[in-house]
Amino acid sequence: MTERMIEAVGVRKNYRGGTEGAGLNGFDLEVAAGTVTGLLGPNGAGKTTAVRILSTLLDLDSGTATVAGYDVRRQGAEVRRRIGLVGQYAAIDEVLTGRQNLIMFGRLNHLRHTKAVRRADELLERFSLGDAAGQAVSKYSGGMRRRLDLAASLIVAPSVLFVDEPTTGLDPAGRIEVWSAVRQLVDGGTTVLLTTQYLEEADQLANRISMLRAGKVVAEGTPDELKTQLGSDRLELVLADPADVPRVVQLAEPLSDGEIRVADVRVSVPVKDRTRALVVMANSLHEAKIEPEDITLRRPTLDEVFLHLTGAEVAA
Amino acid sequence: MTALGWTLADSWTIARRTLLHWRMQPGLVIFTWFFPVLMLLMFGGLLGGAMDFPDGSSYYELLVPGIFALAMLFGLEGTMTAVTTDVSKGVTDRFRSLPMSSTAVVLGRCIADMLDSVVTLGVLVATGLALGWRWHEGLPSALAAFGLLLLLRFALLWVGIFIGLTVKNAQSVTMVQVLVWPIGFLSSAFVATSTMPNWLGTIAQWNPLSATATASRALFGNPDPSSTATWIGTHAETAAILAPLLLIAIFLPLSAHRYRTLSR
Repeated sequence: MTERMIEAVGVRKNYRGGTEGAGLNGFDLEVAAGTVTGLLGPNGAGKTTAVRILSTLLDLDSGTATVAGYDVRRQGAEVRRRIGLVGQYAAIDEVLTGRQNLIMFGRLNHLRHTKAVRRADELLERFSLGDAAGQAVSKYSGGMRRRLDLAASLIVAPSVLFVDEPTTGLDPAGRIEVWSAVRQLVDGGTTVLLTTQYLEEADQLANRISMLRAGKVVAEGTPDELKTQLGSDRLELVLADPADVPRVVQLAEPLSDGEIRVADVRVSVPVKDRTRALVVMANSLHEAKIEPEDITLRRPTLDEVFLHLTGAEVAA
Repeated sequence: MTALGWTLADSWTIARRTLLHWRMQPGLVIFTWFFPVLMLLMFGGLLGGAMDFPDGSSYYELLVPGIFALAMLFGLEGTMTAVTTDVSKGVTDRFRSLPMSSTAVVLGRCIADMLDSVVTLGVLVATGLALGWRWHEGLPSALAAFGLLLLLRFALLWVGIFIGLTVKNAQSVTMVQVLVWPIGFLSSAFVATSTMPNWLGTIAQWNPLSATATASRALFGNPDPSSTATWIGTHAETAAILAPLLLIAIFLPLSAHRYRTLSR
């Protein structure tokens, strides 16, 4: 039996005026203790709204949501005692040093002064910010700020950590720094709800992914399950001669499990029985004396799942 | 610790943050403290020569209390900028997601800004004394005048917090900063309202800034030829207490409501 750290049932939220942010439209979510769940969706799908409701910053219109067993509406103070929030912006004081920031947030988490100082130094070491501890945050790089932001949300070892688009606006180096920081948390057993619009990020960090579209979860599962859900693996052929395309499509027809897509000299065939399809296809091509430039088997990428489920056209 | 104890402790932590800012950026805070001094010297020099008082007293006798009141108004900008910056950087959201008292966030801001105003007034008083300005009605009366000035600052603080929580970006803050100037000038801070055209003088007299300037001049024993036979002309002290209280009664609940329902 796994304990549920986050549970949302039929949560609705409409913004007055309707344009300011994305609302939620019957949002359901279950997050088991000690896992990382990625909330994946395009801009405007309602990811930030969901995080703000679960972290008690925003009231919901209807539905119920509990975090660590406490109702976010009626027991907000209990919820706040058990969560950490890393918002979309690095929510730290830029004038103060990294160390001053962490001590301040420690004090606001009601640690005694000496304890707050000790905790600040521990966290600075853990997030490799020891050398920059005495520098004003305004001198930090983007990646350092996000790491300090993560550290600030971990002062009292929260049961649940919300991380809202942690790498938006970071360069690739900063992104890798933040990823490794998030992985460390997970090793420490923290339950994490991570929102992102980057599929790669969800694939890298999350055990489970919930895909959000227009304020509703449209698909849910492990990254592998989601890829399988979209359908089968694909046999991809690249031909040397465009004239061969109709013949190849004809040969692929019996193996196909769905719609065969053709773009220029590329033929993409959805297949069920991976190895057999590859062998049969190779044989047929050989008999037809067609020499393809390339023939590969691949799983659908999370990108394709994402684009498929969120309604955008899949580029062939 | 009790709930009240935590609220006070949290408020002090938040206020201390501003004191740390002063230490980290001493140049900036010293500039804001000395800006009103610049105004005092500039207007004293610019207009002082043209001012002719029947009793032969210096223009600084009139101007210094006016600049005190003006400095309280300018404090509004600092409050507003600090609040807007915290909201836009997500710092306010982090505070709101902590198990701390939510009152403490605004209370801490109040403590820090009032301390700032006390220092501003201190610097101005020292400059005023050096320029020959004096209070003539004894220390208790002078302290009452400083009390009225800080009451105005306290009221404007809530206006600043409300605007800071309401505006969406730094551009709107700039707009309010520009508007502060005509509000400051359209008062009895620099000249007696009796010298203005009638209609303008009336508007200037009803400016809460004028009430505080005129009332503190009376308490300091400095001349203020603004007094006219109108109600506001003869009741500056009452107005200097009532107007800030009215502003607090409007903007404190509005700010509290805005803070609770804050959402980007």
